[in-house]
Amino acid sequence: MSKKTKSSFHQTLAPMLFLTPNMLIFAVFIIIPAISGLRLSLYDWSILGEKNFIGFENFGNIFRDGDFWKTFLNTLKYVLIVVPLITAASLGLALLTCDNRPGVSIFRGTFYLPTMLSLIIVGITWRWILGDELGILNYILDISGGETVKWLSTPRTAFASLIFISVWSLCGFYMVMFIGGLQAIPEDLFSAASIDGANRRQVFLHIKLPLIRPTTLVVLVLATINSFKAFELIFTLTKGGPGSATKFLVQNIYQVAFEEDRLGYASAMAVMLMITIGILTMIQFRLNRKEYSNE
Amino acid sequence: MNKKGRTVSIYIAYTLLTIIFLFPVLWVLLSSLKTQSELFTYPLTIFPANPTLDNYREAFRSGTFLRYFGNSGYVTVIATFITVMINTMAGYALSKYIFKGRDLIFFIMIATLMIPLQVIMIPIFLLEKNLGLLNTLWGIIIPPAATPTGIFLARQYMMTIPNSLIESARIDGSGEWFIFRKIILPLAKPIIATITIFSFMWRWNDFLWPFIVISKQKKYTLQLALSNFVGQYDVDWSKLLSMTVIAILPMIIVFLAFQKYFIKGLTAGGVKG
Repeated sequence: MSKKTKSSFHQTLAPMLFLTPNMLIFAVFIIIPAISGLRLSLYDWSILGEKNFIGFENFGNIFRDGDFWKTFLNTLKYVLIVVPLITAASLGLALLTCDNRPGVSIFRGTFYLPTMLSLIIVGITWRWILGDELGILNYILDISGGETVKWLSTPRTAFASLIFISVWSLCGFYMVMFIGGLQAIPEDLFSAASIDGANRRQVFLHIKLPLIRPTTLVVLVLATINSFKAFELIFTLTKGGPGSATKFLVQNIYQVAFEEDRLGYASAMAVMLMITIGILTMIQFRLNRKEYSNE
Repeated sequence: MNKKGRTVSIYIAYTLLTIIFLFPVLWVLLSSLKTQSELFTYPLTIFPANPTLDNYREAFRSGTFLRYFGNSGYVTVIATFITVMINTMAGYALSKYIFKGRDLIFFIMIATLMIPLQVIMIPIFLLEKNLGLLNTLWGIIIPPAATPTGIFLARQYMMTIPNSLIESARIDGSGEWFIFRKIILPLAKPIIATITIFSFMWRWNDFLWPFIVISKQKKYTLQLALSNFVGQYDVDWSKLLSMTVIAILPMIIVFLAFQKYFIKGLTAGGVKG
């Protein structure tokens, strides 16, 4: 009898106790807020005012809200440009550094370095480089006879700079994932290909690319999710400007909520973003299924 | 192209890329060592004519900067300790016990990745307000301490620890906590190192949690203070550059010391957050 109670203790109660702190935090700080976010989106209210239930009116208004669509399209444009660029750049870096040449780990480390910096610091660093008058980039343009550019205060160049800096700061992270994928390709496939007289291009197109397809898909989805969440870098680089040329969804939600004090309406916008990211994450899980399952 | 020519062109590519990835950071460092007047005169100099630490002294003189640094350090160390503790506990429960609902719990924990902070900013703000956590460091320590990534890494690693070790300890009459503390944790050192480093990086670099929870200047973290500083109309670059270098320094040290754990963690998990 006593043996039985002991075994049931360490098969149910003990693991539950081990899990409690995490479960508590997840429940209080993610699951409950997510549910209350859904509920808030059905109300019209401000932080001190009263709360009025208005059903789906907020969502109806979102569809007629020019600001929302502007930031939505900005975000979409950013995602559609930055994701392929990040994927291509990180794959390129991985191809360059996946073989064991002398000193390769130092270069790998160097390309990875920007991902270690906070996006605030990345933003500050590039603000210093892209400065209108004292920035070194304009200085180089100036002394080489070119025209200086107001990088961050012209809509087109601000957007382009943001794209470049995003790729710069993130591609090292995905490079590591690609290196993992490339190094998992069995060596004898390459020897077989070289016996058959395949050239580099053929090896890349017909062996490497198809075999790292799972990694490529995960990178694409992860990069998409992270681009939809983009906020910090923009916040330090341009504050969404000039005008609203680089204003994205997260910043819009933040401003409507905390600067305009329209918490219900901002929650409805957040719900739209939550659905988008939720769907993308589900796709990521499906792609990662093997890794998350129990083997 | 022959083999030698290929190798040469690869190293040329390495060099060019190194400049692109390293120069921006190096430029901030070099600039921070210049005197105020050199910083703002044309033509620009690449290397400081008279390298000086004046900007650093100036940054620390105000005292507030030291406080931000301290706040960040406090948050990072405590949160990392909590993360390592509770994530390894959860990883152990999910890998070495068989109980009803285990897989469902694991799935739900991983699925919380679907709900990033960006989409629950508003309810989080209200919740922290109701719990009295606004403008407290605990308000940015506790909520992100439970990380799906950490749990995932811990679980995957602990599955490789043989069950027989645990069984025989139980036969010897050891309690469950004792087994975890004295047998599992020492064996899990590599994964603890990985989680520690990741948590250190996430917390030190974290911006969004402090941005939502902290509005009192006294409680600013370094990242929040820096973003505030660069957001001003008239940026005091000489001070800001030295502060930026100081904020980067801990990351560089951690990175250089533990590079192999980074790579390992990344290839194993492939997840961020």
